[in-house]
Amino acid sequence: MNLDLRIPMGLMFTLVGLILSVFGLMTMGDTMYVKSGGLNANLDWGIVLLIFGGTMFLLGRAGQKKALSAPPKKAEPGTGPETVRRGH
Amino acid sequence: MLLYFVFVLGIGFALKRFMKTSKDFFQAGRALPAWICGLAFISANLGAQEVIGMGASGAKYGIATSHFYWIGAIPAMIFVGIFMMPFYYGSKARSVPEFLRLRFDEKTRALNACSFAVMTVFSSGISMYAMARLIQTLHVFDYIFISAGLPLGWIFHLSIILSAIIVLGYIFLGGLTSAIYNEVLQFFLIIAGFLPLVIIGLRNVGGWSGLKASLPQAYTHSWQGMTHANTNPLGVEWFGLAMGLGFVLSFGYWCTDFLVIQTAMATDSEENARRVPLIAAIPKMFFPFLVILPGLLAIAAVTPHAVTVQHTDASGAIVRETTIPTQAEAEGKGLVPAKTNPLTGKIMLDASGKPLLDYDLAIPSMLLHYFPTGILGLGLTALLASFMSGMAGNVTAFNTVWTYDLYQSYIKKGATDAHYLAMGRWATVGGILLSMVTAYAASNFNNIMDTLQLVFSFVNAPLFATFLLGMFWKRTTSNGAFSGLISGTVAAILHHGLSLPIEAHPGIHGGWIAVLHHYPSDMAQNFWTAIWAFGTNFVVTIIVSMFGKARAESELVGLVYSLTPKPEMGHLPWWRRPEALAVLLIVMVVGLNVIFR
Repeated sequence: MNLDLRIPMGLMFTLVGLILSVFGLMTMGDTMYVKSGGLNANLDWGIVLLIFGGTMFLLGRAGQKKALSAPPKKAEPGTGPETVRRGH
Repeated sequence: MLLYFVFVLGIGFALKRFMKTSKDFFQAGRALPAWICGLAFISANLGAQEVIGMGASGAKYGIATSHFYWIGAIPAMIFVGIFMMPFYYGSKARSVPEFLRLRFDEKTRALNACSFAVMTVFSSGISMYAMARLIQTLHVFDYIFISAGLPLGWIFHLSIILSAIIVLGYIFLGGLTSAIYNEVLQFFLIIAGFLPLVIIGLRNVGGWSGLKASLPQAYTHSWQGMTHANTNPLGVEWFGLAMGLGFVLSFGYWCTDFLVIQTAMATDSEENARRVPLIAAIPKMFFPFLVILPGLLAIAAVTPHAVTVQHTDASGAIVRETTIPTQAEAEGKGLVPAKTNPLTGKIMLDASGKPLLDYDLAIPSMLLHYFPTGILGLGLTALLASFMSGMAGNVTAFNTVWTYDLYQSYIKKGATDAHYLAMGRWATVGGILLSMVTAYAASNFNNIMDTLQLVFSFVNAPLFATFLLGMFWKRTTSNGAFSGLISGTVAAILHHGLSLPIEAHPGIHGGWIAVLHHYPSDMAQNFWTAIWAFGTNFVVTIIVSMFGKARAESELVGLVYSLTPKPEMGHLPWWRRPEALAVLLIVMVVGLNVIFR
């Protein structure tokens, strides 16, 4: 499959993380954080998601680059040496 | 939330160009990496029943709910990975019913394919209904609807139509690959939405020790009182638990349900297919902390009462805001609100006059209570994602079984591949339309959901015996398998009709023939129904097979354990073999059970 899932997934979480942390920064000290026990849940979790999304995206990019530079993979799945299938 | 929907459909479009043959569409070209399929494997199961239901049981029964994971899922997942996957993947069958045809005959397959197709459509319809109801109960879209001048009653219709369009969109375009990719996306989204909830919730009650202190002891120990049914919250003794849930029900689900098997069959090699359920077992093991713990936290939290918050606004004026909980919230326990009658809006009471608790709202009300605006959107999206991943898995399983096992086999044989690809796409549309019909039927007839789930349990309970005998006993004949399946289902129906959980009235809960036996809880009854169905199927299949003539051994190579060469793993270092992973998993699951005993 030519689409590495990590790229769109990384992008999505980066964006969500960005929106959350910016929103968290803007509403710093707002009374609504009484709900979450005084924790600025938006900012904190936004940063976590940002890091997660970014890592996924970079890993996906690196993986795709590697796949492009590597020699073309085996044509037919199931005939390669690592998929010895016996019994029929 | 909008962002998520855009990405979901975007993946569908991006994958559309790869969907050239029916193999691409139904089997994801058998080319996906193992970790993706592994996460999709559990995500397909992570539907409505899972998140809402497990949170509800967590609030109701405590940590003992984790038996559904540590006893009721992990051993079966290890078994399917180590022993059964080689047959599914290696036999070149494209679906579970097709495997039954290869091993037995057409009638066994037709029986399984029909019951399975009906079941998937109904399950996805039930998911849809539950989601629409939840959105309605939580009043999250009320504001948008009021400001747009639309009647609030439309929220239900809009939720159903919207979820149908989204799921249809990405499956229609990208087939199984798209469904699997989205299931993985939903998996991470569910973690992203629920993990902060657990963290904030735990912080609020003072950590694990604070939680333990504020709950009855039985809530935080999963094995206490398991020697007898009357001394633990589940009302089941250890034998019924281990045999009914741990063996018959869970093996029946994880080892034979094409809904989950299809994701493992989408990988690129048999070795990876075997690894899929094992990889899936790792996160599955820790899911109780994500879905059951919020239920416990909800019960442990302080019941809402009127709170006044005082703060100074920008102009220096002192502002006081008072939040008054609704009656249902105040009458509840912790954050679990009391159940209200949907028609009168009054609080429902049990026989002794105490308010009944609406456990299904444990997780949703946790979200609303602890999350401020912003992250609340993420939490609600995660909740919706869990509903949709359940729906999508059902729909892809339906379109595959319909096209391969019913349409191609009995309606139109030997058409071109493009024809079947088109059929698969239209089966998706049909399946979703039928789900919508089910969802509306469920909203009009109160009992339809319970009845359907009951019927499924009758059909499913004996299934595993057929697979077990078929795969591990070469003498099993097709007539034996068929009559075993039928008699197992009959046994389940009879057992249900003859037994009754205590404090229930004869009817949907059982005892509609005559009450011969009382069970301490409906869960115990459920487990024992499964045990009876399995036992009957097992015995009948063996007896009938003994009288029939077994198939030639040469025909059964690749289908029966003793006649199939063991998968060759010699080229892998020992720590990369699926067996090593399986041993590690067993050690981990035993460890978890010891910690939370």
